[in-house]
Amino acid sequence: MKVKFFPSFLFLILILIFLIFYKGLNKSNIYSPDNIIEKKIPSFSGKQFYNNLYITSEEIFDEEKFYLMNIWASWCVPCREEHSFLMKFKKLDGLEIIGLNYKDKNENAKTFLSELKDPYDLIIVDRDGTIAIEWGAYGVPETFLIYDKKIVKKVIGPLNDDLFFEIKDLIK
Amino acid sequence: MKLLRFMLVILLICNFNVLKAENKNLEIKINKNLRCLICQGQSVHDSDSEFANSLKILVKQKLDDGYEEEEIYNFLKNRYGEWILYEPKFSKNTYFLWLLPILMFVVGGAIILKLFILKKN
Repeated sequence: MKVKFFPSFLFLILILIFLIFYKGLNKSNIYSPDNIIEKKIPSFSGKQFYNNLYITSEEIFDEEKFYLMNIWASWCVPCREEHSFLMKFKKLDGLEIIGLNYKDKNENAKTFLSELKDPYDLIIVDRDGTIAIEWGAYGVPETFLIYDKKIVKKVIGPLNDDLFFEIKDLIK
Repeated sequence: MKLLRFMLVILLICNFNVLKAENKNLEIKINKNLRCLICQGQSVHDSDSEFANSLKILVKQKLDDGYEEEEIYNFLKNRYGEWILYEPKFSKNTYFLWLLPILMFVVGGAIILKLFILKKN
C-alpha cells in the first residue's frame, strides 16, 4: 500500500501542474483594456494648441453634453486614415471634438491640420505623453466618447464606418 | 570660521544628493515593477517605447508631487488594470498564485522526509 501511494500522489501533482499550464498558456497574454468603460474622466490640465494657455479638464467638459476626445499625432499613420471620420463627426450636432496632440512637434501638427483640415473644437498639447496616461491610453490613435463627465465608449485604434454609426446612435 | 561654513554648505549639498538618489532608487524600483503594455515581456524600466518613456516621466512627476509607491500603483491600476503590475496584489484571484510555491515547498519537503529520512529508520 505504501508503495502505491507515492506514484499515484506524484501522478496527481503532475496532472495538476499540467492543468495549470494548459489553462494558463491558453489564456491570451495580450492586454485588453475593456474594463475601463463607465469611469469618470480624469482631471488634468494642459496647454492649448493655438494660444498656449493652460486649461483644466473642469473647464473643458460640461455635464449635459457629448464630447469626443481623440488622441492623435502627425507622425501616426492610422491617424491620417481616421481623419475623414473625424471630419464627419464635426458635422454632427451636439458633439464637441477635443484633440489631444500626443508627443508631436508643433510645426508638424500644424502642417497635418492645414493639409487635412482641422476637425477639433479644441486641441490640448501633450508633449511628454503624461496626459494620455491619465486617460489610460497607451498609443495613438485612441478615441473616447464622454457624457456627463464619464467615459461612455473607448475606441483603440482608428475609427471606421461601423464605429461612426455606433457612436452616432449613442449620441441620439 | 569661514572654512567651517564652507564645509557645512558642502555637507548640505552632499546630503541633498543622497536625498535625490533615494528618490531615484524608488523610481527605478517602481519602473521595474510596471509592465510595458505595448512591448510585452519588458518592464517600463527596460523599455524605450513612447509609452514607457511617458510612464517614466509620470512616475517621476508623481514622486515629486509626494505620492507614495502604493498610491502610484493604485493610480495606474485604476487606469490600466491589475495587469500593469508585475507583482500582483494578494486577492481572491491571485491567492492560488501566491500560495502554490509554498504548497509545493511543503509537499516536496514531505516527500523528501518520507523517502529519505523516515525510510532509514
